[in-house]
Amino acid sequence: MEVFDIFLLEAVLNGILLGGLLALLSLGLNLIFGVIDVVWICYAEMIMIGMYAVYALHVQQHWPLLAAMAAGIAFVALLGALMHQFVIRPVLSAEPINQLLVTGGVLFFLQAAATLAFGIEFKNLGVRLPPVSIGEMSFSLPRIIAFMVAVAGVAVTWLFLTRSYLGTAIRAISQDRAIMPLMGVNPDRIFVVTSALGGALAGLSACLLVLQYDIHPAIGLSFGPITFLICVLGGLGNMLGGLAAAFIFAQFISVGGFIFAIEWGYVIAFVFFIAVMFWRPQGLLGGK
Amino acid sequence: MLALTDVCAGYGTFQALFGVSLEVRAGESVAVIGPNGAGKTTLLRAISKLINLGAGEVTMQGRSLKHVAPHEVIANGIAQVPENRRLFPRLTVEENLRMGSFLLSARKKHQQQRDHVFDLFPRLKERRAQLAGTLSGGEQQMCAIGRALMSRPKLLLLDEPSAGLAPVIVQSIMQMVKKICAEGTTVLIVEQNIRQVLKVVDRAYLLETGRIKTSGSSAELLASDEIRKAYLGL
Repeated sequence: MEVFDIFLLEAVLNGILLGGLLALLSLGLNLIFGVIDVVWICYAEMIMIGMYAVYALHVQQHWPLLAAMAAGIAFVALLGALMHQFVIRPVLSAEPINQLLVTGGVLFFLQAAATLAFGIEFKNLGVRLPPVSIGEMSFSLPRIIAFMVAVAGVAVTWLFLTRSYLGTAIRAISQDRAIMPLMGVNPDRIFVVTSALGGALAGLSACLLVLQYDIHPAIGLSFGPITFLICVLGGLGNMLGGLAAAFIFAQFISVGGFIFAIEWGYVIAFVFFIAVMFWRPQGLLGGK
Repeated sequence: MLALTDVCAGYGTFQALFGVSLEVRAGESVAVIGPNGAGKTTLLRAISKLINLGAGEVTMQGRSLKHVAPHEVIANGIAQVPENRRLFPRLTVEENLRMGSFLLSARKKHQQQRDHVFDLFPRLKERRAQLAGTLSGGEQQMCAIGRALMSRPKLLLLDEPSAGLAPVIVQSIMQMVKKICAEGTTVLIVEQNIRQVLKVVDRAYLLETGRIKTSGSSAELLASDEIRKAYLGL
């Protein structure tokens, strides 16, 4: 019985590690939706572009890994700003379905662009970090790094949103956009900054994922839907809800996968998601 | 300080202001009074550039506001307390005040100005960490005025500060307006509560269906038959 417990503990701890990463993944998407009221269906593809950016700079251009990652984050942040300026801005007052379709179009555009530039072969950084053993439990080092960086990223974003003038304006604009000019705030500029911040968070996620997974043009599809579901589970646009949902979802995947089989973890997590949607369609912490 | 010349403005094909001219001199407190739908709010929105002028001109300290973007008006020393207060309900009192000093020049003096606002409205200091949406109506109005003062404006525009408030609260808000003006901020206030507002302002304009009907000192208007019959019910 003791052996069983330690492996269950390992599953729970692994779930927490996964939760941190999922929390970071959902944060950017939630931020953009909460402020601009548009869902970037292509958010995971922006992460995919970030992974390729790190790969191209580190493996092909031989930049040091950390420099490549910093440049990758900056690149996706720029991509986020461009995304808003040229794709979202023209459809800001359009029907939600049209906004969704436009970002869906960007999804295929980014996939095709990545395929053209890098082909469909799997790429990786060639970085292999050893697992960490604690007693009889074993953890993947990239996952531990990803967890710590993700938690730090969430914390820094939180501090920015609650302590700085710009961050306060980002929260304020979602509550009353029309009077922002009376505060001396240009709403268009806040939207661009928010999109760039969302992009930077996608870039940071890319740096963490690229340590664990091979890159290919369709990789966005393997975590895009989960990211989106976590946001919906927490209450779309509610950042606190998204964080809570990420950790809950990760426990279902990890512990569910341990009790049954790995593949079952996702099935159980999605059944839980569907059940919650019947019970609280607005999400765990969503309003209205 | 502020001058409007033949201002016409409206929404789409609906015109709300027909050639309004008025002037506010430095240090004065001036009211624009009139019934519901006279165009009072439109007037303030036109000054703050929240809507475009159809014709006419607005100048602040001799500078035309014609080519000034809406978010740049405040940098010209004009702050507005909008109709219905329009606080950010899910930000705290202190965060609402922080939004008021978003302007770079105001940020440097944020602490000092915030303490000044807390002196004016001690209640806000007690509630500084509370979400603005949970304040009472009077407290919300104090917070909205405080937020506008955070940019240290030369001219404060107030849109119906008495709306929805109990009479005793209205009186204290009006006394606050008087105090703010006495401290050197020029005030332009738009009000339906004519009796209360004429007690605290120097001069007033009567606006009816988008046109200035009459103007004069508060004492003159309070004594005029037109105002007494139509608005004060005497």
